[in-house]
Amino acid sequence: MIAELGLAALWIAATLSLMQLAFGGFALRADGEALLRTVRPVAVAQAVLVGIAFLCLILVFLRTDLSVALVASNSHSAKPFVYKFAGVWGNHEGSMLLWVTVLAIAGAAVALFERKLPQRTLIATLAAQAAIGLGFYAFLLFASNPFERLSPAPVQGNGLNPLLQDPGLAFHPPTLYFGYVGISIAFSFAVGALITRDVGANFARAMRPWVLAAWIFLTLGITAGSYWAYYELGWGGWWFWDPVENASLMPWLAATALLHSVTVLATRDALRAWTVMLAVVAFSMSMVGTFLVRSGILTSVHSFAVDPQRGFFILILLSLYIGGALMLFGLRVGTVREGATFEPVSREGALVANNLLLSTILGIVLVGTLYPLGVEAVTGEKLSVGPPYFNSAAGPVALALVAVMAAGPLARWRKDKAKAVLSRIAVPVLIAALALLGLMLFAPGLRILPLLGIVLAVGAGAASVAPLWKRNLRRTPLFTYGMVVAHLGIAVCLAGMASESAFTKETLVAATPGQTASVGPYQIRFDAVDPIAGPNWTANEATLTARRGSGAPFVMRPQSRMFSAPPTETSEAAIATRLDGQLYTVLGKSDEQGRWQLRLWWKPFVTLIWLGGSMIALGGLLSLIGRVRRGRREVAE
Amino acid sequence: MKAKNQRLTLLLLALGASLGAALLAMSALRDQAAYFYAPADIARKGVPVDRAVRIGGMVKDKSIVRAADGITIDFVVGDETPATIPVRFTGIAPDLFKENSGVVAEGKFRPDGRFVATEILAKHDENYMPPQLAGDKHKSGTLK
Repeated sequence: MIAELGLAALWIAATLSLMQLAFGGFALRADGEALLRTVRPVAVAQAVLVGIAFLCLILVFLRTDLSVALVASNSHSAKPFVYKFAGVWGNHEGSMLLWVTVLAIAGAAVALFERKLPQRTLIATLAAQAAIGLGFYAFLLFASNPFERLSPAPVQGNGLNPLLQDPGLAFHPPTLYFGYVGISIAFSFAVGALITRDVGANFARAMRPWVLAAWIFLTLGITAGSYWAYYELGWGGWWFWDPVENASLMPWLAATALLHSVTVLATRDALRAWTVMLAVVAFSMSMVGTFLVRSGILTSVHSFAVDPQRGFFILILLSLYIGGALMLFGLRVGTVREGATFEPVSREGALVANNLLLSTILGIVLVGTLYPLGVEAVTGEKLSVGPPYFNSAAGPVALALVAVMAAGPLARWRKDKAKAVLSRIAVPVLIAALALLGLMLFAPGLRILPLLGIVLAVGAGAASVAPLWKRNLRRTPLFTYGMVVAHLGIAVCLAGMASESAFTKETLVAATPGQTASVGPYQIRFDAVDPIAGPNWTANEATLTARRGSGAPFVMRPQSRMFSAPPTETSEAAIATRLDGQLYTVLGKSDEQGRWQLRLWWKPFVTLIWLGGSMIALGGLLSLIGRVRRGRREVAE
Repeated sequence: MKAKNQRLTLLLLALGASLGAALLAMSALRDQAAYFYAPADIARKGVPVDRAVRIGGMVKDKSIVRAADGITIDFVVGDETPATIPVRFTGIAPDLFKENSGVVAEGKFRPDGRFVATEILAKHDENYMPPQLAGDKHKSGTLK
């Protein structure tokens, strides 16, 4: 019954999105005031219904109703409660339903809370949002129905991929989707403003909080995903340049560029056409990512099923939306007047440099991600593009971007003198030079990218707090603090990446219980391996006693787990976090002589990567609160 | 600067940036893209020395030999042809790495034809098959 209810709710929601599109379209055409007023409630009702559908799917999973095909192939009655719940989106159909749910919620949020946008543009925006929704409802209902029944129902389900059986599953996908799909709002705003020819500073001020909100979620989702991969895979890496990771990074790069250009548009009414373009590109990247991940052309833990029909469907949707938006852009860009002008050396100039560099990185990542697919499609030759390419091509550009980030906020709007900017950044440059000197003296032989990374991180860290220098801290607006915290977060994150890459120590040994190994500053004694059991797995658990110099010893217990449904082994790393880094231990296999493989890493300051990521998101949150508050005050006045 | 000129300048800058990105990407791709070889490809085309590549195939029955240090293994990768590739790997092999099972390894060939793997790509679960391998097996009709 519940499954049928969910399916019915989904169909009604799809019909409502068709109504939202049609009413919006007619209202704009005929100028019918009555129809204009219907669009907002329809958008809200659509979100409520798709929310009901999503709740139904959750219920079906919690009750392990095996007559539903999706539950049978992805769940198991012996699965712990939290994974029955989070397993809802740990599969293709469920994650697409989450996708559409987030899309509808974002649309409803705009319908409920957006007050700054002129009504006609708002209606056009909601119609655009409904148009996106319609395509993905069709995809769900015709090619990925999550509520399909199975007859006869099997006695037991297949279980969830053990790599996904982790608390991270409850947090990472919804957060990422709120960012990833939430950026659709920017797309719809851009389409709406192009339709009503309303691109200007007001439009940018209205769009900014929505972009910020989506960007915060995206930042958090990527940060969480990176940490999850780091501790769950047991490979000791935090970013693998996996196409699926790139699929989340590309919308983030575009959204970050958008966030900065929308500031120029809101403050100075410049970069009109460019900002609209970026809004289209940002969500296009989300759709490209959805295609890469959900079509099954890539094989990864994220792509749950290989079905060419689905890939083709998404590809068609993608071409329709991106093509349609670009065509609209091409037709209407002539009617977008040029904005205000500015000198090259100015805040606007720095923000343009930021946008160009971010776009360059986006291009590099996009080319590297699509190249293997293109080559295979054309020549049939198989190849992979991995970290060497991305690091060597995108790394230098990213460092240049950090340098611009350090100097940009210190330049004045409209017009500034290069000399004046240089004098404001003199102290951070001096600090960076000292860091360089220190590294060359005490850590000689560093590779060039990590070396520059640390130096730039130190300099950019100092420069990012410089905008607060000599200001009345209590009267400084909250969004300025937001910028400072986010930029500081970038510096902290970069410091973590560079330190991890420059100073990580690794030891790989085969040891019998009683033996000792060392990694970095730690001595690690291998005490024993014992069998243990969990709710749906058994494991070998090693007991290691780690000790740093003459400090207190502590115990670490890495495991090698065997899951029963589906039968799979995973390794659970044991990680000890210290102020200056993490000790990361993995238990491998045993051999005939009773030796066990142990892989040990000491990663100095690796935690800064995720601390920095969280600071970036926090900075976004501060800006968002600051902007919304000021907006309220303006409306009140 | 007039608004129109400024827009033109920005447009040119954007074009320059994307062109630069494309050039940078293409030149880096030429050096860094890792091509995929099956044992039959190696037999036909010869050994690509000193270049990061990926190889894939089936781990031959009874071919896994553990070295005395406990962390180095030697094994032989074959496919549906008689061609084989000897592989050496130092590290913790993924959980589902075993004989008569599919494998994809990343690394470099030594001039003598031995493949030194830096990484053995993990199979995530029983159903997972590296796409390259799945493609090959579809072709030869051995995929069950």
